[in-house]
Amino acid sequence: MKHTLSVLVENKPGVLTRVAGLFARRGFNIDSLAVGQSEDPALSRMTITIDGAEQPIDQVTKQLHKLINVVKIRDLEPKGMVAGELLFVKVSAEGEKRTEVLQIAEIFRAKIVDVDRRVVTLRVVGTTDKLEALLELLKPLGVLEVVRTGTIAIGRGRGG
Amino acid sequence: MSPDKKLKGSEALVAALEHEGCEVMFGFPGGVAIPFYDALYDAKKLRHVLVRHEQGAAHAADGYARATGKVGVCGSTSGPGATNLVTGIATAYLDSSPLVAITWQVRSDLIGTDAFQEADITGITLPIVKHSYLVKKTADLPGVVHEAFHIASTGRPGPVVIDIPVDVALGELAYHDADALDLPGYRPTVRGHIKQIRAAAKAINEAARPVLYLGGGVISSGAAAEVLRLAELRRLPVATTLMGIGSFPETHELSMGMLGMHGTVTANYAVHECDLLINLGARFDDRVTGKLKAFAPHAKVIHADVDPAEIGKNVAPLIPIVGDIRQVAAGLVKELEGMEWPEERTAEWLARIAARKEEYPLHYDEPSDGKLAPQYVIEEIDRVTGHDAVICTDVGQHQMWATQYYTYTSPRQFISSGGLGTMGFGLPASIGAQIGRPDKTVVDISGDGGFQMTVQELATAVSCELPIVVCILNNGYLGMVRQWQDLFWNKRYSCTSIESQPDFKRLAEAYGALGLRVTEKDEIEPALREAIACEGPAVIDFWTSPESNVFPMVPAGQEITEMIGGQAKGKGRRTS
Repeated sequence: MKHTLSVLVENKPGVLTRVAGLFARRGFNIDSLAVGQSEDPALSRMTITIDGAEQPIDQVTKQLHKLINVVKIRDLEPKGMVAGELLFVKVSAEGEKRTEVLQIAEIFRAKIVDVDRRVVTLRVVGTTDKLEALLELLKPLGVLEVVRTGTIAIGRGRGG
Repeated sequence: MSPDKKLKGSEALVAALEHEGCEVMFGFPGGVAIPFYDALYDAKKLRHVLVRHEQGAAHAADGYARATGKVGVCGSTSGPGATNLVTGIATAYLDSSPLVAITWQVRSDLIGTDAFQEADITGITLPIVKHSYLVKKTADLPGVVHEAFHIASTGRPGPVVIDIPVDVALGELAYHDADALDLPGYRPTVRGHIKQIRAAAKAINEAARPVLYLGGGVISSGAAAEVLRLAELRRLPVATTLMGIGSFPETHELSMGMLGMHGTVTANYAVHECDLLINLGARFDDRVTGKLKAFAPHAKVIHADVDPAEIGKNVAPLIPIVGDIRQVAAGLVKELEGMEWPEERTAEWLARIAARKEEYPLHYDEPSDGKLAPQYVIEEIDRVTGHDAVICTDVGQHQMWATQYYTYTSPRQFISSGGLGTMGFGLPASIGAQIGRPDKTVVDISGDGGFQMTVQELATAVSCELPIVVCILNNGYLGMVRQWQDLFWNKRYSCTSIESQPDFKRLAEAYGALGLRVTEKDEIEPALREAIACEGPAVIDFWTSPESNVFPMVPAGQEITEMIGGQAKGKGRRTS
């Protein structure tokens, strides 16, 4: 099972290295990691997704907690969170392929952010599943480049 | 220190260390460390011990910490000085020893340019520290030192690195002692949950075949008195780990000695047969458990540790308790005192253990080559020092014999690199231990291999006039590797024979220490007495037999009852 950890850390130099280094040293694999400033400038919030079947999630959170700069960890329940990621994809869109790309973009509510005679670049926000589905459809048309932020997530309601 | 006095960063560091109660530090200067050493020149309370290699500084500070329970402090210059500390920092990390390592760094504006003697020491040490700091501003120094001491010594203790660029030392600040902590992410759980403690007490009360399994956490939390009370209250047989040696007196009838790879038959079988295993401050290390799946197969497990990450890491306990062992043990005693308990509940179990101790004592054969039995040398050290010396060791056969044939009676009496297994630890650690405990006889038991890894620290011991007694069990081999080659590698002694050996007696004399050589049994006691009486350091070169192996032995990865050399031997030299 996929786990989404929301990790509040002190906004200090080297904290990302400490977290990444811990994962490497203990042999835990990260699926994705996104980090940015939180509501408090002194704190950053990381969203880390990992595969719970491959890693002992209990050990991951306990070891993370031992880092002095880690303030709080939440293992977000799939039902109790809102999650999404941002993706840019560059697709080849020459001739008649162009219409098809534009149709797919519309279905996925992807925004066209750049276009020239040969290539269209789409920007899309959504869950990992949705982004994977989009890429699957675009693949036969010629996906040239993909960049994504990794999932960020937030708990539902007031609970922090 | 008067409030808000203008100080240089280097002076502020001395003041901050003194404010933390640091009386001694072990270090070695260098280019970017000069401002600090200049400030040390005027220090009133802080004493600096000049080592001969930075690794010695880290081990000495570690030995001081383990002998006293206080934070040990070491320091080095940038680059190679700092990287020389690394083995010592890792040693402290694996054994949860409170250490603060101060490393000097090149000027801030040169960091990242591959400047002369630049090394990214906070990066290098990241996986082997509890925490680390790269100080950017002079004004941060007092607060960083205060936090570092707090982190190193609380919760599960461990090493903290403070890396300080030289310009930070040269800058000025308005100094005042730091007493506040800004550590929102660091709140160790000290008090065990009362519900868990009650559940554990109930399980202890109901057990028919309990075993108390004690680790280093008993010593670092100062819980020996509470644990002794607990053991006596319900007559719990006790096995200790290597790090737990001294947490329970081995002269006590409930003591079964050490468990694990070179543990006693009694301890290993007791763990195998017990119905309740009470782990206080140990971590189910592979040297203890052997084959994990077969470890304590009939037991319910209680596991108490101050580090929540240790609980469930290797063994899933029925009753986990996160908390300081002293508090947990006191809580268990309190609960148990209010419970009814029929003494006959464990009578059969205790009788079985007593019989096994009688039948399977530790024993060894006299070497056939006429050389000294190393075990006998340690028995003599034990007898001459009356179970009361602080014993430091290196790593290998002599270390295991030191656990088996010396009788430990109090915490902080056995100082050894358990987790990392660092050869060369013993001599510098004994220097730190003797400085921390001037009232004690400190004996470093070493091998001829490990001794040569940090032999230069003899100069430190001579210059500090420390009366340490270094006992080299000299068998001309890297003995433990030889033992594995002997038992598991068809006696192919690849690279374990030390063919060219210095004359240790004359080497000691060259350093200005007393040097003695012992080849006969009847010379052992007089040599030990002469060495102990000597005001400075003494080195005794014991010529021991290369035939002697450490038994019993559980081959790596096997069940702990599958012991080589664990056969009954009738009445032996020792029964506990």
